[in-house]
Amino acid sequence: MNDAQLTRASVAPGWVERLGVAHVLLGLVLLVYPAAASDFFLTQIGGYTLILGTLALSLMLLAGYGGMVSLAQITVAGVAGYSVAIFGDNATHVMGFGWPWWIAVPYAVLLAAIASALIGWISARTDGVYTIMITLAIAMAMFYFTQQNYALFNGHSGYSGLQMPQFWGVVWRDPLPFYYVCLGVAVTSYAAVLYARDSSFGLSLQAIRDNPRRMRAIGYDVTLHKVFAWFLAGVIAGLAGVLLVWFNGRISPGTIGVNAAIDVLIVAVLGGMRHPIGAFIGALVVVLLKTFAIDLVGADRFNTLIGLVFLAIVFASPDGLLGLWIRFRSKLDKRSIRPPS
Amino acid sequence: MSSLQTTPAPLVSATQWRGLLWLLALLVLAWLVFAIWPEWLNMFLISKKTFISVVLNGLTLGGLYFLVASGFTLIFGLMHNVNLAHGSLYLLGAYVGYEFANAGGYWLLGVAGAFVFVGLVGVVFQVLVFRRMEGDDLRQTLISIGISIVAADLMLAVWSGGTYQIMVPDWLDGAITLPIVTALRSNGAAVYLSYPFYRVVVLASAVVIGIGLWLLLNRTRVGMMIRAGVDDREMLSASGTNVHRVFAIVFGLGAGLAGFAGVVGGSALSVAPGEDVRYLLTSLVVVIVGGMGSISGAALGALVIGLAEQAGLVYFPTYGIVLTFVIMVVTLAVRPQGLMGKSL
Repeated sequence: MNDAQLTRASVAPGWVERLGVAHVLLGLVLLVYPAAASDFFLTQIGGYTLILGTLALSLMLLAGYGGMVSLAQITVAGVAGYSVAIFGDNATHVMGFGWPWWIAVPYAVLLAAIASALIGWISARTDGVYTIMITLAIAMAMFYFTQQNYALFNGHSGYSGLQMPQFWGVVWRDPLPFYYVCLGVAVTSYAAVLYARDSSFGLSLQAIRDNPRRMRAIGYDVTLHKVFAWFLAGVIAGLAGVLLVWFNGRISPGTIGVNAAIDVLIVAVLGGMRHPIGAFIGALVVVLLKTFAIDLVGADRFNTLIGLVFLAIVFASPDGLLGLWIRFRSKLDKRSIRPPS
Repeated sequence: MSSLQTTPAPLVSATQWRGLLWLLALLVLAWLVFAIWPEWLNMFLISKKTFISVVLNGLTLGGLYFLVASGFTLIFGLMHNVNLAHGSLYLLGAYVGYEFANAGGYWLLGVAGAFVFVGLVGVVFQVLVFRRMEGDDLRQTLISIGISIVAADLMLAVWSGGTYQIMVPDWLDGAITLPIVTALRSNGAAVYLSYPFYRVVVLASAVVIGIGLWLLLNRTRVGMMIRAGVDDREMLSASGTNVHRVFAIVFGLGAGLAGFAGVVGGSALSVAPGEDVRYLLTSLVVVIVGGMGSISGAALGALVIGLAEQAGLVYFPTYGIVLTFVIMVVTLAVRPQGLMGKSL
């Protein structure tokens, strides 16, 4: 595979440059990662990082380009997750309409996107830190509702026995195929966000972030742009939600609780919201911390650790690890320019 | 509108219509409270006793919510600081009040201790943390989220996951009989409604604190500074006021009120991990509905949410939270700045 890509790159020299050397290298590493990783590293680290990263990517799209910090991304993902459980198959004997996956999954993602657009429409009526308050209130209300409601959400226990279906002769819930599915969704979402960033929609969204009043005066429909950004973010969060449900095998109110909502924010802030890759960097750091810090501090005080790491990053570098790296690199560059004394 | 012909003044003006409507609503409510109910009404509202309990419980819950949310809205109005650690301050107040009351033997000592201790914690946060990033709303909010995560975990470490009950002293315990007839016995004797005395005290203390806050804001020099700061922070500091001191006072007061509410609420209900999130949600919704930065808005919002929650609990169980949520969404859709908020 390595050779094939090299030859293709030499035939069309614009190909690698257009994608960027870093992207090609990263893509290659992610493609061959399964060869080096055990099942645990493949699913619990690799797959989970990609799912969490995709979820944080949807927040990065809203916050980084739209200036709307949402705490309801996990709620949107939860809408997709619960929809898969309700319309597809589950082992709980509540609901479970048994729709085939190729109807249930797109339908679930669509519902999530519509829910996201609605949340966006509600919160677009105010701006700034109000968005955080409103989305947090929505996320909490949804959590308490799923916990209290048995008819639709099966209350406290939620739904279990949710697995990625088998088709085309592949057992998709096995570690290797599942990793590649997660990778495919993550890469597609990542590329879509990069494409949207440079599209005319993305540019006007960023302009709205910087100066909504001027954009309104020029004649742009500010609310419509924001709501559409929420819709796109909802599609990405919905896809991540479906994968998350298949990853966990179950969904319950705890999946979309306040801690989970804040986790997504931590991931996005930790990585940095300047560039979509920050979402995945943040996800990797959080997943590694979650997996290995437990040995360090014990399972009991894990939240203190992650909270302190989060506080340290917000204090030291408001644009996350990515911003830290950019500042570090520019310092290096300056040093190399300086003439030797 | 611009026609030259003068239209005759309507018999009843719009303001008078509104007044009449309020009067009618008040009359209906008075009838609901004092009359003996006919059978058909029991069908809708279960029974008069249930309905009156819902109203009274809603009022007291609203009082408690006001105590929590008033600090939140004060801090937000002045500093534009969305303090998402406000729920943690509530829970901390409840735990500290429990410890003080247990150690000192007096419930009032717990109340005072929680107010002072949590107020000091608030001042320390403002001086050491939030002052460093003034004007950066988003970063302050993120910091407060970080603090709430760490605080929740540390409180779990100290007080473990158990449920605490702050004991109400004897002089606040027991029930009082209200002059409201719920039903008539077959022999014609009236059954009066009895209600826990402590809950009446909660409501009364909320009213007293509400009036106290209003007096503080409208009748004192510090209050004048706070109001000026809410309207225009830069101008206030330019006119020679030490803004940081005003900020510290407000943060201390807001945090102290949360701590106070923690003891009051912890005595009426119970204290357990997770309460911080619940009261944060309540504060958010109350302040969004009532209008951010407005004390009277917090009072109105707390009343609406308290009543809605109790009504939801009794009349639409399992969908109760939806009622609260719908109120919030409708408010945002119709009046994004909240019922009493200034226009955005």
